[in-house]
Amino acid sequence: MGDVSIFLQHLTNGISLGSLYALIAIGYTMVYGILRLINFAHGDIFMLGVYLTFYGVIYTPLPWWLVFILAPLLTGFIGILLEKVAYKPLRGSARITILISAIGASFLLQNLGIVIFGGRPRAFPVPQLLNHVIKLGGVSINVVTFIIPAVSILLLIGLTYFTTKTKTGLAMRALSKDYETASLMGIDINRIISITFFMGSFLAAIGGILWGSRYPQLMPLMGAMPGLKSFIAAVVGGIGNITGAVIGGFILGLGEIMLVAFLPRLSGYRDAFAFVLLIIILLVKPSGLMGNKVTEKV
Amino acid sequence: MLEVIDLHVNYGGITALRGINLTIEENQIVTLIGANGAGKSSTLRAIMGLVAKSNGKVLYKGEDFTNLPTKDIVARGIAMVPEGRRVFADLTVEENLILGAYTRSDQKAIANDIKSVYDTFPRLKERSWQKAGTLSGGEQQMLAVGRALMVNPKILMMDEPSLGLAPLLVKDIFDIINILRERGNTILLVEQNARKALEIADYAYVLETGQLVLEGPGKTLLEDQRVQEAYLGVAR
Repeated sequence: MGDVSIFLQHLTNGISLGSLYALIAIGYTMVYGILRLINFAHGDIFMLGVYLTFYGVIYTPLPWWLVFILAPLLTGFIGILLEKVAYKPLRGSARITILISAIGASFLLQNLGIVIFGGRPRAFPVPQLLNHVIKLGGVSINVVTFIIPAVSILLLIGLTYFTTKTKTGLAMRALSKDYETASLMGIDINRIISITFFMGSFLAAIGGILWGSRYPQLMPLMGAMPGLKSFIAAVVGGIGNITGAVIGGFILGLGEIMLVAFLPRLSGYRDAFAFVLLIIILLVKPSGLMGNKVTEKV
Repeated sequence: MLEVIDLHVNYGGITALRGINLTIEENQIVTLIGANGAGKSSTLRAIMGLVAKSNGKVLYKGEDFTNLPTKDIVARGIAMVPEGRRVFADLTVEENLILGAYTRSDQKAIANDIKSVYDTFPRLKERSWQKAGTLSGGEQQMLAVGRALMVNPKILMMDEPSLGLAPLLVKDIFDIINILRERGNTILLVEQNARKALEIADYAYVLETGQLVLEGPGKTLLEDQRVQEAYLGVAR
């Protein structure tokens, strides 16, 4: 009985962490789907989302729940701005050029974070509602562990509805396959790209808030590792594929938690797990679990 | 209705078009014929704003279209069926048609037009929930035409609609073009199948290495000796 409840506790933790990776990975995969670009600044957008929430809760009279909605929206607009400043002027250049711009944008945001927010870690103001422990059959679990997957699943349902049922979602899918024909449909490519960045950044900020509620230490470099791991999740699932990103996120989250739980001697290699997984996937199935075989269009 | 004046297009250092003049009147089928690389597709692509024009003008009902982005050209009622069909393979037949009507917001008229595309192409109706990638080449071409019709175009431009299709399907495609003419569409047709194109066209232009070398009513060009030798395979 004890073993089962401990396993369940690890399972919920793994699912919880996995859904965070999934939320961030979606942003990577959506942007890649449209622009064939790895947006390396995405992890730092996640960090901005957490800090905006922090400042909103601490320094404005707004109730925390309103800040939890406004900050992601604002982060979404920062995502749009990032694309306009760092990527749009380079559209049509070699992919490596834009990739380097993405790395530059990442460094810029991190260092701006240090200058503006300060390098000293801060404590995320976790609302009482999200942060209390409940007992379930002898297992103590923090409610946030349940809230994280619940919120993530709701957002995923919304996203699925958006991409399959709305005209803009259809346009996004069309654009990810064939730019030129999409423009022949009268699709405003710039608008769709902006919407893509908005949604990816919005989801990253929600992920950031949930992350902060669970690991309440804020630092300007806090986006780097979750960003990198979520990128790996997107690649493992098959970059460009939203379902794949979610699956990759869960594999990564569960794997990481289970590794630490059942092989405590390897717990120092916690972060290495993601990279080992990446290497294995790249060797065995480079297009990712859900990825299509890439065929270059002639 | 549509006027192209002194159109020039360069790709990098290569000149694709050197001064094309076209006039397309309402309810006409106008065709552009010519060999591979003569600039037929480039002409259509330049009109649609898909490639940059290095010189020249495009006028539509007197309005200057020269520097309009593609989406606005489509919104004003010029649609193009691209070469190689280019249907969205991962989307269903119906989703492809819905995207064709992207610039429109009149839900009722859109639903009506989807119905009328299905009436014209019953095969598409049978397969409306199938992914477009699973269709045969001929069906994909029907879908590409249907999708362009969803723009509710005043002018429909077709780039090699018969390319890669079996002879029987080629006949179908030209039947469709005839139906569209009867419905009052204006069509600019680019074709390698010169004989079929000239037979159907009210007016035709012959392109060679980026320049117009001949023009006239389709029937007249069919009789023209130079056209017969170069494009119709008639030996003297």
